[in-house]
Amino acid sequence: MEGTTASEMEDPLSILCRQKQIALLRSLMGEPSHPTYPSVFIYGHAATGKTLVVSTLLKTLALPHAFVNCIECQTTRQLLDRILDRVANHEPSPENNYCSLNRCENMNTFVRLLKKTTEDRGIQNQTVYIVLDKAERLRNMDGNILPAFLNLSQLSGCNVCVLLLSQIVWEKFLFGFGSNHVEPFIIHFPDYTKGELLEIIATDCPEGYSVEFYSSYVNLLMSIFYMVCRDLNEIRHLAQLNFPKYVEPITKGEASEKDSHKLWRNIEPHLKKALQTVYLREVTSEQWEKFQRAETGQPGQQTSQPGILSARAQMELPFYSKYLLIAAYLASYNPARYDRRFFSKNHGKVKKSAVNRKKETSHQLLGPRAFPLDRLMAIFYSIVDSRVAPTANIFSQISSLVTLQLLAQVGHEDQLDTPKYKCTVSLEFIRSIARTVGFDVIRYLYDFVK
Amino acid sequence: MPKRRRESEFGLSTLEKVQQTLRRRVCRIEIPPKEIIEENLKEQRQHLVDLISRCAIRGEGNSALVTGPHGSGKTMLVSSVLSEIEANPRVSKNLLIVRLNGLLQTDDKIAIEEITRQLRLDNVVGDKVFGSFAENLAFLLEALKSGSDSAQSILFVLEEFDLFAYHKNQTLLYNLFDICQSAQTPIAVVGITRRLDVVELLEKRVKSRFSHRHIHVFNSLTFPAYKEACQRMLTLPSAVGDAKFVKRWNQSIETLCSNSTVHDVLKKAHQLDKSICGLQSLLLLPICRVSDDHPEIQPVDLLESSKHLAADSKAAMLHGISVLQLSLVIGMKHLTELNDGDPFNFEMVYNEYLKFVQRKAHVVQCFEKPVVLKAFEHLVALEIVKAVDGHGSRTQKEYRAMSLLVTPAQLMDVLNTHPGCPSELKHWASNPLPS
Repeated sequence: MEGTTASEMEDPLSILCRQKQIALLRSLMGEPSHPTYPSVFIYGHAATGKTLVVSTLLKTLALPHAFVNCIECQTTRQLLDRILDRVANHEPSPENNYCSLNRCENMNTFVRLLKKTTEDRGIQNQTVYIVLDKAERLRNMDGNILPAFLNLSQLSGCNVCVLLLSQIVWEKFLFGFGSNHVEPFIIHFPDYTKGELLEIIATDCPEGYSVEFYSSYVNLLMSIFYMVCRDLNEIRHLAQLNFPKYVEPITKGEASEKDSHKLWRNIEPHLKKALQTVYLREVTSEQWEKFQRAETGQPGQQTSQPGILSARAQMELPFYSKYLLIAAYLASYNPARYDRRFFSKNHGKVKKSAVNRKKETSHQLLGPRAFPLDRLMAIFYSIVDSRVAPTANIFSQISSLVTLQLLAQVGHEDQLDTPKYKCTVSLEFIRSIARTVGFDVIRYLYDFVK
Repeated sequence: MPKRRRESEFGLSTLEKVQQTLRRRVCRIEIPPKEIIEENLKEQRQHLVDLISRCAIRGEGNSALVTGPHGSGKTMLVSSVLSEIEANPRVSKNLLIVRLNGLLQTDDKIAIEEITRQLRLDNVVGDKVFGSFAENLAFLLEALKSGSDSAQSILFVLEEFDLFAYHKNQTLLYNLFDICQSAQTPIAVVGITRRLDVVELLEKRVKSRFSHRHIHVFNSLTFPAYKEACQRMLTLPSAVGDAKFVKRWNQSIETLCSNSTVHDVLKKAHQLDKSICGLQSLLLLPICRVSDDHPEIQPVDLLESSKHLAADSKAAMLHGISVLQLSLVIGMKHLTELNDGDPFNFEMVYNEYLKFVQRKAHVVQCFEKPVVLKAFEHLVALEIVKAVDGHGSRTQKEYRAMSLLVTPAQLMDVLNTHPGCPSELKHWASNPLPS
């Protein structure tokens, strides 16, 4: 969607693989003067051409329309003002001080102003299209907004059609309060098949290479990524990003365009690495390109990975904070009744009850449990070797761990008396922390010891 | 563009007009003629006409509620009555109509502004400040009196009446019903609502002032009547022009309606939904499809339209997810069944996925945890999986309790149609792994 702007594609029929949907929409729209169905709901996955098809259709047919993205509109007023501006062809600019034409606080005024605006522009006979992109956001606005939009043509008496675009199915739009809505006409934009994806991506073949060559490359790329990702934007982006690497043997003269096997062997490990890094946005695309260039400079040297963000597991903390965090982790993931066994010097006999043990699911799966402050402090004192005074410093470190979101406070925040906490860091993270202070966490974790 | 081409061809204007006429019917703009409404809703209609004309002529205050399910023709009934009232000069000269809608007038302040506007009293009210809502309303009604010696009757039509009951203290409703009851300006209040229990929403003092006159409108169309309504909706009036064409069209509609495929389609639609609204959305596509190359409605059009309406949207969305996400959904299905519907979290799903992948390593590639997490988050964004405790919870995303919003039947359907779904995955979906 972002890859091709509407200006590139003048004729809506040139949009690939969406002929059926375009024909359906066109027949629903009819001629400009025809009455239309009050609302149309269009859904489909990301990058299935919802926005592209609708906006190109409206632009090429030169129909009066207002295209609004609901994410941009935090409040009802912003949304309604923007729609009215677009219908009136008014663009906020420095000349008009970025003001909108009207000041519209609620749906009642909106309906009145909409009628006035269309009359002012002399388009009261034509269908006005209001397109609301990312319409799932409308559910978070006032309860009357969505039902009112669905039946706008009847409420306002104008010839208006509201198009809602969303990734979420219509059933999830049915609201709690009342059922005062009209069912829209629902259109599904199906996902592209593998062949269609190939056909579309083949259109941005770089100069100097044949289309067949590029599509065979995209085919290879898809064999790695298609299992994980069927998003056109994502695959297209990855194809553009990794193409220089793919043709590297050709530019160096080691292989020709026909040597598909050699090219494949060259690119495969590279693409697998891309799946773990660029796809997850741990490396920015720019860094990745730089990395590719550096690698071509010194072939065979793969150690110079760029500064990967997955250094998530590194954090500098004060000494006692580290121990507090470790203690919190142990308190979160160990059942309280085993504290004696792990932390007391002379614990009693460990009774083995085979019946009970079988049923328990590992806490590593269930997640952290809440623990009271006393337990945290008890474990903390037993794992810190030196004697630590319970100063204000220690307690303020606990609360700063909470603000760093390494711990989470459970229950009411204003509870000063025996607050409860949860540890919200991963095992990886706590192990790397423990390594820096020379503490073996695994030995103290119930799940691993039992 | 086909638009330009059509201009020059023969029969263009007729088809244009056909579209114009038929679209007005299915897009709920036109009110059907009086006779059609009288056929089914004769009593209700008479009741409303009486009530309003008595208010206009004799000055009786009155209130009534029109209730009925979605698409049963409440608004249509009221608008048809209103158009008749307006046509009658004896009544209309003495009656002002104020139309309010619960979706637009969301609080009493907006409502009173709207009333002022519709009574054209903006200049009279000006910048006056009123102490209370009742005072404001009384002033409005008083202002109407001052023009002539006798008081004007006012008809209030409140659409989405149940939403007015959510206003603070129900001030608007209280005042309107109060005026109805006391001998002030003669007003009639007609509420339109879908809720049968709307009276229970009213406060005691409001309820006691309401006249408890209910006008029920139900979808009571039998199948033959439904079929006839369908035919009538498609039949053209002779006013469209080109009598020959209209005759041919109406004949084709007649043969269409006697077709057995059409009969089946209509039967199915009738079993699902008796309302005229359902019929309208069924006929929308066939009517829109009518063009030069396709001048008549075929039975196939109706069949296609009914298929379009019956499509399962959730299955359609599941069809578009990747194989990795599909295997996660299968894992979640097993977890839900294993724990008797208890919520699960990402770690459990990942564990389940690993168990599967390790057994059938050659089928599904084993992906790293972050890649799987991304796939999982995408499922959450599509609302195929939903967090049990909302977004406010402070646990890590891996441990947030989730529940699956897809039924096993839907999942199995999708597995059979999903492109490139390995058969091992299908097998896993029907047979959970031994733990």
